[in-house]
Amino acid sequence: MPSIWKHLKQAGGFPHKANPMNTVPIHPDSYADFLTPDELHRVQLYRLQTAVQNSYDKVPLTRDRMKERGLKPEHIKTLADVAHLPFMQKTDLRDTYPYGLFARPMSDIVRLHASSGTTGKPIVVGYTRDDMAVWTSVMTRTLCAAGLNQMDVIQNAFGYGLFTGGLGAHYGAEALGATVIPISGGNTERQIMVMQDFGVTAIFSTPSYFLHLIEAIEATGTGFKGLKLKVGVFGAEPWTDAMRSHIQDRAGIKAYDIYGLSEIIGPGVATECCQQSGLHVFEDHFLMEIVNPETDQVLPDGEEGELVLTTLSKQAIPMIRYRTHDITSIITEPCPCGRTLRRIKRISHRSDDMIIIRGVNVFPSQIEAALLKVEKSLPHYQIVLSRSGGLDQIEVQVEVTGEMFRDRVSALEQLQKKMSQAIEHVVGLRANVRLVEPQTIARSQGKAKRVIDKRMEGSTL
Amino acid sequence: MTLKQLSIFLENKPGRLGHPCKALAAAGINILTLCLADTEQFGILRVIVRDWEKAKAVLEQAGCVVNVSEVLAIEIPDHPGGMESILAILEPNAINIEYMYAFTLKRGSNAVMIVRVDKPDQAAKALQKNGLALLDASAFFTLA
Repeated sequence: MPSIWKHLKQAGGFPHKANPMNTVPIHPDSYADFLTPDELHRVQLYRLQTAVQNSYDKVPLTRDRMKERGLKPEHIKTLADVAHLPFMQKTDLRDTYPYGLFARPMSDIVRLHASSGTTGKPIVVGYTRDDMAVWTSVMTRTLCAAGLNQMDVIQNAFGYGLFTGGLGAHYGAEALGATVIPISGGNTERQIMVMQDFGVTAIFSTPSYFLHLIEAIEATGTGFKGLKLKVGVFGAEPWTDAMRSHIQDRAGIKAYDIYGLSEIIGPGVATECCQQSGLHVFEDHFLMEIVNPETDQVLPDGEEGELVLTTLSKQAIPMIRYRTHDITSIITEPCPCGRTLRRIKRISHRSDDMIIIRGVNVFPSQIEAALLKVEKSLPHYQIVLSRSGGLDQIEVQVEVTGEMFRDRVSALEQLQKKMSQAIEHVVGLRANVRLVEPQTIARSQGKAKRVIDKRMEGSTL
Repeated sequence: MTLKQLSIFLENKPGRLGHPCKALAAAGINILTLCLADTEQFGILRVIVRDWEKAKAVLEQAGCVVNVSEVLAIEIPDHPGGMESILAILEPNAINIEYMYAFTLKRGSNAVMIVRVDKPDQAAKALQKNGLALLDASAFFTLA
């Protein structure tokens, strides 16, 4: 593919300058990052038509919705025709729990992952062997874009398990040929020991956990001196450029933002490159549109709106026009890194009320459901998010009502504990429940503001 | 033989105690005795007033969460071992004291304790059988 080499040459070689191994050739999977628009569009259209046909044939929900609009797979003649197709939502996965959107028999499914859901039931996603290959490939390309290669020793502090972060990054790093330490999240002391003793050059984690690690490492006395850490790959929760500067200054590393979601594939949907200026979407596997979240109309490049993704190659669960609720815009200027994949701006906020805490997706309605389990009627409540020592803290303030108020301290403490446990049961995170006096939670137009996010406030964090 | 006690939920923050006290003062309601239980996050203010129904209405009007509970007002001999004599009666009856606080006035040579127990009727019977005086509302309020 001569065009790729031409682009690479224009880009002046691939890996970023901080990488001492910048003479190492890029991983072959990254070639697809440098396709010409024509090449890319050809691949996209072929894959889109296949994906729509697959979904229409195998997923009743897609077929029914397309029939309602008088649409057939053969109506997809150009990439722009995707705009005729109905949207898919998170609720579609929930309503068809667990396997309703699967387009392949279980004999073809080699992996399941799950993320939190609103009623205690998670959202289940499946992967065929080919899906795993695609996921591994886009993660390999992600890590390549962060300048990593087979010489790197990677400490993967994303959580392993049902969460897609840990295993997704793991497979990509292994395929890259790097040395992977599957340490998972938590146990800060051990993280530091491994980082010091194993010659770790790169770390994957949530940005908030790394902030916590920075403080712990600085407290060791030697700090970052003597560590070989050069690169951090951070994702699974929103963070800011101010946090990036803080991380890069304090830890002396390059910090990259990655983007992904389980419903689409997991991590590996989009990534920053050495330019650290917007995230390249792996458009050969994920077709992106930006829509106006209110009118559902497709917006032109450059305008801010909701990111809508269609999986082009996913077999197990083809997602057609999936509403991510993440607000961003497409950057139209070509990237100096040479990648021809278009970039999106760092996700700044969401069009719904979902919050991401320590990498876990949480809806206020889940907290509500938990509180309703403890008390028969829903009390006024507010979720206050803060960051302490680099870790996200959740406090749920609950206004005390006559029905729940007891004269004994132990009874009230018991109530707080029960609410906290109910929340942990539903969302999988520990929350501190604080009982507050009636009418102390501010209401605007009679409605309480459910979430107060103080995580980005005040300091540079 | 029990008294009505009002409990008010408070956040453990400066200024919070003043709010119910102000409301009662504005309505001309005198607090006969009170006790404050606190944890790191919240507290419970317990008060005894003459007209608990009016006080409850006033407090609720002021936006407080109010709970009514029954407590015992026990006359205790005001000398060493006086307290112990009550416990000696309650314990064998498997009655659990949830909390208690002292009343500020004396009745003769006796002190008055406000005691919240898990089984008030049973406790009242046991105490009276053993010759201890319990104050009912009228006796209590003449004292105050």
